[in-house]
Parts: sequence; structure tokens; C-alpha cells
Amino acid sequence: MTVKDWFEQRKEMQIARRDKETQIDDSIGKLWVKCYNCNTQLLRKEVEENLEVCPKCGYHFRINARTRINQLFDEGTFEEMFSNITTADPLNFTDTESYKKRINQAKAKTNMNEAVIAGIGKIDGNEVSAAIMDFEFMGGSMGSVVGEKVTLAMEEALKRKIPMIAVTASGGARMQESILSLMQMAKTSCAVAKLNEAGLLYITVLTEPTFGGVTASFATLGDIIIAEQDARIGFAGRRVIEQTIRQSLPADFQTADYLMKFGQIDIISSRAELKSTIAKLISLHKK
Amino acid sequence: MTILEFEKPLYEIEEKIEELKKISESSGMDVSNQLETFEKQAMEYKKELYANLTPAQRIQIARHADRPTFLDYIKLITTDFIELHGDREGSDDRAIIGGIAKINGQSIVIIGTQKGKTTKENLIYNFGMPQPQGYRKALRLFYHANKFNLPIVTLIDTPGAYPGIKAEETGQGTAIAVNLKEMAKLNVPIIAIITGEGCSGGALGLAVADRVFMLEHSYYTVISPEGCASILWRDATKADIAAQALKITSEDLLELEIIDGIIKEPLGGAHCDYEMIGNGLKNTIIKALDELKNINSTQLREERYNKFRRMGVFCQ
Repeated sequence: MTVKDWFEQRKEMQIARRDKETQIDDSIGKLWVKCYNCNTQLLRKEVEENLEVCPKCGYHFRINARTRINQLFDEGTFEEMFSNITTADPLNFTDTESYKKRINQAKAKTNMNEAVIAGIGKIDGNEVSAAIMDFEFMGGSMGSVVGEKVTLAMEEALKRKIPMIAVTASGGARMQESILSLMQMAKTSCAVAKLNEAGLLYITVLTEPTFGGVTASFATLGDIIIAEQDARIGFAGRRVIEQTIRQSLPADFQTADYLMKFGQIDIISSRAELKSTIAKLISLHKK
Repeated sequence: MTILEFEKPLYEIEEKIEELKKISESSGMDVSNQLETFEKQAMEYKKELYANLTPAQRIQIARHADRPTFLDYIKLITTDFIELHGDREGSDDRAIIGGIAKINGQSIVIIGTQKGKTTKENLIYNFGMPQPQGYRKALRLFYHANKFNLPIVTLIDTPGAYPGIKAEETGQGTAIAVNLKEMAKLNVPIIAIITGEGCSGGALGLAVADRVFMLEHSYYTVISPEGCASILWRDATKADIAAQALKITSEDLLELEIIDGIIKEPLGGAHCDYEMIGNGLKNTIIKALDELKNINSTQLREERYNKFRRMGVFCQ
């Protein structure tokens, strides 16, 4: 084994371990967090100051929509829109718990009213319309509200003739709204068609994790597709694929690096560089 | 023919009637009166049985091994079909088949997912689960239809897009997404029909259409009931309950205003009478084509956009 091989193997083992240890170690209290990747105990404050990236190994922790907005937009420029659109329970759905209860729990847990925030803001002075998803709210799943707010954000971009930015973090379509969730894929994708026809720049930022119905609709339709470092992105989940093909998958399967290798994304960006990358792309597309 | 579990009592009755017929023939006894009564009763039982199926039972009909496939429908409803192969990027996915044909004298581009009836066939067609290359072949044929101003008909019967390594590496999500977006831009009428299973993005990838229909016992859903049960109930055996909760039947979808109409199936399901279901399908397509033919392309696209734009239920 060469030294290079050893490092490769070590990297793969680290990625393999991540799946199993994706819980924040709460036992030490809120002051400390444990890095999923390198297992180091870290000061919460230090991680926060480092954009929720491990100062030791550079692993990018998942962040919620509000944190993302603070990191991405010029201070005080983001104005939330369409927050009046809230979840209904059209199918009166109940699994082991009712959908209504799950929604209320998600609201209490995240202090959000749905899995996406839409609005207008400035990125290094460039006005954009944006939709930012939040994985903490029911796994960032896309139901009627997410589909509607993403579409409205795109229509706002059309109205104002400004670029559209979508930051995705989602397990896929929301099962509790069944076919209505599936149709949000069509709705948002048709809205992207309008952005295309108007010649407006549409940038998508795929963050950890982006899967299922979101991957198979507006997330992968960006004129430019950026994946955030350490994000896992795919259509089918790892477990489903393993069960279907009955063999184990490469450790780095569906990581941003893996997708880059297969030509599925344009850019991998670290969190620290994300804002300037987007700003640069916008200015490069100006005539 | 495969007999489904819930159909067994019916077949037992029908077998008994056949036996009775044979006995009467060989013994020379006249039992025609009794036979008539039994047959009438059996028919009534049959009608009642199929009118009160649970969603889970109807899924069994939708997945029936003898259910007509895309290629069966091609024979039943079109003439002069010429298959057009390949995605021009190295593949000819057999789970999606497309080509040009005539229906009622009108040329159309017809594309659909293909399932097999035997294991051997299913290996060829990958159980009707397309790879990204299948969606890209379909897209190429959509563009072809657009170029030559031919209406598009898609027939959908798929348990979903294939979840595999290669599928992920070559962009399964992207391939479906691009179809959704590009179908919105087409200038020709599009008619989509769910003929069996309409599972998830894999089905939707061919179904952003001006008119969407379902065969009576087909189902259309965001996730298979089995998949939903294993995620939400953490128990795949709860699929029957999930099927109920997900509201996946043709009547449910008509009520939710997701589809434009239901194509009635023969008693017992489409596999019981190919001719009849073929006619129903053909008439529906001809009628829809007729409705759409005089709408100019700008209006057509606008109406298609608005159709999907309206979908979704929320509070405001």
C-alpha cells in the first residue's frame, strides 16, 4: 500500500462512518459539538464562527435556512416573501401520527412555518430572488407549500428580471401530500422553463442532503449547478439502491466529489467561498 | 391466466358452474334453469366484487402479469408504427419505447414505458424501470414531434425510475427534471395516460401533458405504497394501509383535479378484454386530440403551464 492509498482509504473510511454517526453529541451540552467526520469535540462557538464548518477537518455541518440566509446575503437585505402560505392537510393523512401533528412538531422544533424560505435579497450588491430550503423541517420535504413558494420566487424573478437562486436541502417529495407533492415537481420545473425563456440566470446550490423529487425537479435544472462541499446528492437513496442491486456501494457514492467525477455538477464550493462564487457568476453573466 | 387472491371465490363459483355443465351434458339431465340462475348470481357477485375493491386490490390488477403493455396497445390502437431507437449518446433503453404511428389516420409520436409479461421479457425491459437514457430518448422524440408538428401521446406503466449505480452516475434526477421542464416548452399537444403503475418521478417524467388520463384500475402516486409504508410506518407490510392513505386511485385523482378523465376497464380489469380496453383508450386519445388540435401553440403552452401551476393545496 502506498502512502497515497493509505490516505485514500482513510478518507473513505471517514465518509463511511458519517452515515452511522449523524447525531450531534448532546451529552456534553450545547457548548460542545462532535464533528461527524473527524470525531473531534469542538467548541460550539468556534464552529459557529467558522460558518458551521469543522475548524479541524473542514467538514461542512448541515445548516438551517436562516443561518444560510445570514451567510449568503448582504446584511439586512433579505426580505422574506410569501410566508402567508402555510400547510394544509388535503388528504387528511395519518401514518403512525397525523400529518397535522407532524407539521406542528416541525414548526415547534424549527421555528419555521414550512421547509422553505422565499424572498428577495442582495448578494454582494446583486439583487436576486431566492428560495432556501430547510432540512430540519420534515426533512426538507416538498409538498404543496414548498412547491408554491419556490414557484412564486421564480415568478418574482421573472417579474423583476433578476437572477434566481435556489438552495436545496431535501429528502424528496412529501409523502403526506402524495400526488399533490409529485405535481410540485412539474410545477416548479415548468416555472424554470419560464426563466429559461426569459433568459434569466438560474443558479442552484445543492447542499447536504438533496434527494428524490427535489433532485428530479428544480434542483438539477440550474443553468449553473453548484454543490456545497460534503453534500450528498442523488435521486434514489443509498438504502433503496443497495436493496435493489443487492451489493454495497462505494463509500463516496453520491457525494459532491463523486457527482463531479461523473459530470453531474458544475462547481463544488466550500461554504466560505459560496457567496463570492455566486456573486462572481452573476457578474460574469451581465452583458 | 394469473388469478389474484381476492378473485379466488369467484373462480371457484365459475369452476362449479362449468362442472355442473359437464355433468348435465354427460348424464343428459336438464339443469339449464338452475345453470341460468347460478350464472346470473355469479355475474352479480363479480360485478359487486370489482365495484368494491380496496386500493391495494386494485394495485394488484394494475400490476397483473397479463395486463396489456405498451407494445400491446401499439397493436391495438395504432397503425403503421415505426419504432425509433436510441438516445444518440450510447444507449437504447428498452424500458422506454417510442416511435411514430397513426391513430385514426393522424400521425403521432407515441412513447411509453414497456413491461414484460415473462421473466425473460422483464429482464429485457428492466421491469418497466427506465434509466436516465430512456428519459433522454423520450426527450429526443419529444423534440422530433415538436419539429414536425406531431402530437405526442405517452402511455405510462412503471414502478418508477430505476434506482441503480449507473443511473445515479448518469443523472437519473437530472434526466427526469429536464423532461419536466422541456415538456412545458413543447408547441404540440401532449396526451399522457397512466395505463398501470404511475410511480413517482419516473412516471411524471413522461406526463407533463395537456390532458392526463388514467385507466380505471391504474394508480398514480408520489411513492409506491410499499416504499411509503417502510419509511413512514417503518414496516413494509403496512403497504395496504399506505395505499389507502396515499389516495392513489383514478377516482381519487379525478377528485383532486390532477387528471382529466378515467378510462373504464372491462369487468375484472384490462387484461380480461384487450379489444375493449384498446377501444376505450383509442377513443379517449382521438377525442382529446380533436379538442387540442385548434389551439395555437402559445395558448397551448400557456394552458399547460396554468394546469400544473394550479396544482397544490395550501392555506393562505
